[in-house]
This record gives sequence, structure tokens and C-alpha cells, in this order.
Amino acid sequence: MNRLAVELPGLSLKNPVMPASGCFGFGREYAKLYDLNVLGAIMIKATTLEPRFGNPTPRVAETPSGMLNAIGLQNPGLEKVMEEELPWLAQYDVPIIANVAGSTMEDYVEVAKHISKAPNVHALELNISCPNVKKGGIAFGTVPEVAAELTKLVKEVSEVPVYVKLSPNVTNIVEMAKAIEAAGADGLTMINTLLGMRIDVKTAEPILANRTGGLSGPAIKPIAIRMIYEVSQAVSIPIIGMGGIQSAEDVIEFFYAGASAVAVGTANFIDPFVCPNIIAELPALLDELGFDHISECTGRSWKKGGPTVYCGA
Amino acid sequence: MKTEKMTIVHHERIAKNIYQIRLAGALVAEMNEPGQFVHIKVTEQANPLLRRPLSLCDINKEADECTIIYRAEGAGTTLLSQKRPGEMVDVLGPLGNGFPIEAAKTGQRALLVGGGIGVPPLYELAKQLVKKGVSVTIVLGFQTKEVAFYERKFASFGETYVATVDGSYGTKGFVTDVIDTRITSFDVLYACGPKPMLKALEQKFPNKEVYLSLEERMGCGIGACFACVCRVPDSETAYKKVCSDGPVFKAGEVVL
Ligand SMILES: Cc1cc2nc3c(=O)[nH]c(=O)nc-3n(C[C@H](O)[C@H](O)[C@H](O)COP(=O)(O)OP(=O)(O)OC[C@H]3O[C@@H](n4cnc5c(N)ncnc54)[C@H](O)[C@@H]3O)c2cc1C
Ligand SMILES: Cc1cc2nc3c(=O)[nH]c(=O)nc-3n(C[C@H](O)[C@H](O)[C@H](O)COP(=O)(O)O)c2cc1C
Ligand code: FES
Repeated sequence: MNRLAVELPGLSLKNPVMPASGCFGFGREYAKLYDLNVLGAIMIKATTLEPRFGNPTPRVAETPSGMLNAIGLQNPGLEKVMEEELPWLAQYDVPIIANVAGSTMEDYVEVAKHISKAPNVHALELNISCPNVKKGGIAFGTVPEVAAELTKLVKEVSEVPVYVKLSPNVTNIVEMAKAIEAAGADGLTMINTLLGMRIDVKTAEPILANRTGGLSGPAIKPIAIRMIYEVSQAVSIPIIGMGGIQSAEDVIEFFYAGASAVAVGTANFIDPFVCPNIIAELPALLDELGFDHISECTGRSWKKGGPTVYCGA
Repeated sequence: MKTEKMTIVHHERIAKNIYQIRLAGALVAEMNEPGQFVHIKVTEQANPLLRRPLSLCDINKEADECTIIYRAEGAGTTLLSQKRPGEMVDVLGPLGNGFPIEAAKTGQRALLVGGGIGVPPLYELAKQLVKKGVSVTIVLGFQTKEVAFYERKFASFGETYVATVDGSYGTKGFVTDVIDTRITSFDVLYACGPKPMLKALEQKFPNKEVYLSLEERMGCGIGACFACVCRVPDSETAYKKVCSDGPVFKAGEVVL
């Protein structure tokens, strides 16, 4: 028995650990360091209809236990991703989750229609939550009706299951998740980055050229855990969890909160071997915790009537 | 490109806030090009989170050692400066493409121009050029005398000039002031330093072979995150990544 294997819509994963979108490019760089076949899946960089240069630099700034990024969805565009990146990735026996972005609903639909036809793309991840693009992006991710409408349109054209990536930059994430589930999404991925900002003490200028950026890394982990805990109890579609994961223990914590698989983002920059290392460490941790299979961990914090949410005071 | 916990064998302050650190490890066997850099994690904790890009200053293959010179300024480099010989640091590297030695032919003259913490990679460069039989002239620029370093070490390779912005040492002004008054001829120019300095050099020598090492804030350091891109002339979408296409570019290859 493979204790790490998980089955999700469209995805038969040999293990539940995958690099998060935007933190792994299209895999070429990390392929120089290790065999990508060890990964459960790969979430590729956001793809838009046309090539995008993205934002001016500086595009990253460090924060306590985290970082801000304002890459601005730089990518080579649908055509190049279809003709060069996806065929290159096809040499690996790893399902690809294509992160889809756009400025208009039509953009999303167009990219989804084509990219879902690629043989190694087993699922789409709708990026309705990027905080770094002027038009679209986060607007799609903050109004439930708009997110639901987009989900529906993409579902109509996609040949593979559709996961929607939730933005944490909302007041009520449960309402958002429910609207997206009702619109037909096959799964959720969460969380994207939190909108943040840093200012240089010497110059009084924002450090990022874009002024604001998305916060990621260990700093956001408690927020991701809380949101997955809330959402997983309110929907019945599976969740791929992310936000600050650095270790096998972190992975288990995300499962306990309600995730069925996880993605690792920023930690790849700090330790390029973090994904294979976590995968290698998980079986021993399952032994230690007394689980036969990792899926037993999903929702553990609330399924066994665990502690209720502390609401202050 | 690998990661390794390298051992600190020597660590010394050589000027105000400027430290020289020597690291030993198997990774040195992979280090070849001057201008390449390593990405250093200064703590096992999550804060400061990111690695710090630092250039190779001297590669000693016989001893399996490399030297790095850095300015202790922010959280990461300050922590690094507190480490003692015998302790380990987590190094990812060597990264990027360095200065092309082959651009200067034996018997030719190369001009090496460094500004501030852009000076260190020129040391390994001078060493390799001289070994090949290329004559080198070196121009170093610093803010003040207090933060100047390595003048005498460079002088063992060739004529070395120093400029300080406040005039506390050498020529008062910028490296370009030294070049205007002292430098007569050269075949290839190699430079590393702040962007305004690189821009000035690019504009000054439009007809020369010029190589510039760029600095940009980085995430991954290996080409995966798109943090460090710069534009390519005459294109809306073309780009180069400083970490994996650079940090050294031929003048005109990217928009400064
Ligand atoms: C290819 C390359 C080679 C370099 N070589 C050297 C060298 O040999 N010696 C040396 O002293 N410095 C070098 N630098 C600059 C050095 O990386 C920064 O000074 C250092 O990262 C600052 O870290 P900190 O902890 O002092 O600052 P903090 O303010 O704590 O840094 C916060 C974040 O900003 C980044 N950052 C801040 N300043 C810079 C900068 N100037 N360039 C890039 N990132 C920056 C840091 O890496 C970190 O991610 C090089 C930079 C690059 C890109
Ligand atoms: C540099 C960088 C680029 C990113 N690019 C994308 C992207 O293109 N599409 C996307 O959906 N998320 C993107 N993200 C968000 C991550 O996929 C992930 O949701 C987030 O960073 C939280 O996980 P982490 O803390 O493990 O990094 C990016 C994050 C970073 C740090
Ligand atoms: S630092 Fe990540 S692409 Fe250059």
C-alpha cells in the first residue's frame, strides 16, 4: 500500500506534495537539482493568453518570516507554454496542474479551453486571487458572484477538473468557497498571498516598485490553517492547502485543518530540495503519529469533535 | 549547482562593516567563473527567511576554499558577521554566469572597474586574467577611506587606482573621474558596482567590449521565481534573469 497516495478529482497522486504555482517556474530549474518524478504533481506558473513582462523591479521584499512578491504574473503566454513548457514536462510521470490567469473572463475561458487539452494537464487551478495585477486578478477573487460566474464559464470549456484558488484578502472566505462550489468547481486551492507592503526606513519609499505585494512564507501559515479549517467544514469538495509549508509536520497540520493535499511555495527558494525532503520524511512521521495512511489526517482537528474556534475575549 | 553546509575557516573584519569570510567544502570543486555567486542562508530559523546572494571573491581549488567579502548592513548580513570559524553556513551555488575570461586575449589589456561591494568578484577575475597573460588595470571606487579594501591585493596584479566620493583617499570623486584622467587604453572592460556606475561606463564606451555585473533583489537565485528580471532593448516582453542569465551581461544586452 502506498501510504501517501491520494485520489482527487482528475488527480491520482503518488503523494500529496507539490510545488505551488509561481514558485517553481515550469520545473526546468529544479530538474537540474533532483528527479521531478518524486513529486505528487506540479503547479506551473500562471499562464495568460498573451506573454506578460510583469511589474518593474524590485519585485520581492523580505518580511519577518516571510516575503512580499509583486512579480505581476510574468509568463511566456499560452502558445509558448503549450508548445514548449508542457511538452518538456511530459517527460516526467507527474500530473500538471495548470494555473490559469487573465484580465477578463474571456481571457480565462480562452486559456482554460486550450491548456486543458494538453495531455499532461490533469487539472486547472483558476488564479482568481493574484494581488499583483492592476486589472482583474483579485477582483475576481473578492466578489462571490463574479468568482462563481467565472467558475461556471471555465467549467463549461475545460476538459479537466477545475480547482479555484482562493484569495485570503476577503472578509468571509466561507461565503466565497460556497459560491464557487455551487458554481461547479471540483476543488479548491488555498491560500494565495495576502496583500502587504513594506517601506524603506531611510528613503520613505515603498521597497517594491509595485508598492504593494503578496505576502507568503511561514508568516502566513496560521492564516492558511484557520481558513482551511473553516472552509473544509463548509464545503464537500477537496482542498489543496498551501501557505508557509516548510516541513512534514506543517503538511500534517494542513491535513488536520482539512486539506487533502498540499503545495509548497516560498520554501523552495530557501531550500530547493524541500519538496523531496518532505516527501521522504512523511512516512516516518505517519508512524510516529500512528496513522496508516495520510488521508486519515484530513480534517482531524474538527472531525473528531476537536476544539471549537476561539473567537477572542 | 548544489547545496552544502560549508565550514567557516576564517572570518575577519577588513574595513568598516566589511567582512571577509573563507568557506571550506566540496562545493568549491564546482566553482570556476569569476562573477558567479552563491546564495547563503545565514540561519536555520525562518527569520531572516531568504538567502543572500554574495559573489565569489577568491576560489582556491587546492584547499577547497572560497572567499567572500560582504558588507554587514541588514538583518541577514549582520547575522552572518557574528558567525565564528568552525560554524557552518548553508550555501547554494555556484550560481549564474560570470565574467568571460575568453573575451580578453593573451597580451591584451583589461580594465576592471569596481564600486563598493561590487569590488570583490573582480579579485578572482584579475587573478584569472593575469594567469592567462592579460594585463590588468584596476579602478576601485568607495564612499570613503573607512570602507575601502583590497587595494594592495589588487596592486599585485596590476596598476590599481582608488577613488573615494568624499576625497578621503585616492582621487576625489567617482571611478569615472579616475578613468578620465588616468586611463589611456584598454581592450576589454569588466565592471561590477551600483547601477549608476554601470550606466556611466556603458555610455562612456559605446564602441568597446564591456561586461557588466548586475545586482537585483532575488528570491530563488536559480531562475524559477521571476523576481530578478531586467528588460531587453526594443522589446515589450523579452527579459533576462539576473540570477541565471547573468549576473554578468555584455553591455547593451539588457536595459540598465
Ligand atoms: C549577484 C549578486 C552578487 C552580490 N555580491 C555581493 C558581494 O560580493 N558582497 C556584498 O557585500 N554584497 C553583494 N551583493 C549584495 C548583497 O546581496 C546584499 O547586500 C545583501 O543581500 C543584503 O542583505 P542584508 O541582510 O544586509 O539586508 P536586508 O535589508 O536585511 O535584506 C533584505 C532583502 O533584500 C535583499 N537585498 C538588500 N539589498 C540588496 C542588494 N543590494 N542586492 C540584492 N539584494 C538585496 C536581501 O537579499 C534580502 O532578501 C550581491 C548581490 C547580487 C544580486
Ligand atoms: C514569487 C511568487 C510567485 C507566485 N506566483 C503565483 C502565480 O503565478 N499564480 C498563483 O496562483 N500563485 C502564485 N503565488 C502564490 C503561491 O502559489 C502560494 O499560494 C503562496 O505563495 C502561499 O504559499 P507559500 O507560503 O508556501 O509560498 C506566488 C508566490 C510567490 C512567492
Ligand atoms: S531570483 Fe528567482 S528568478 Fe532570479
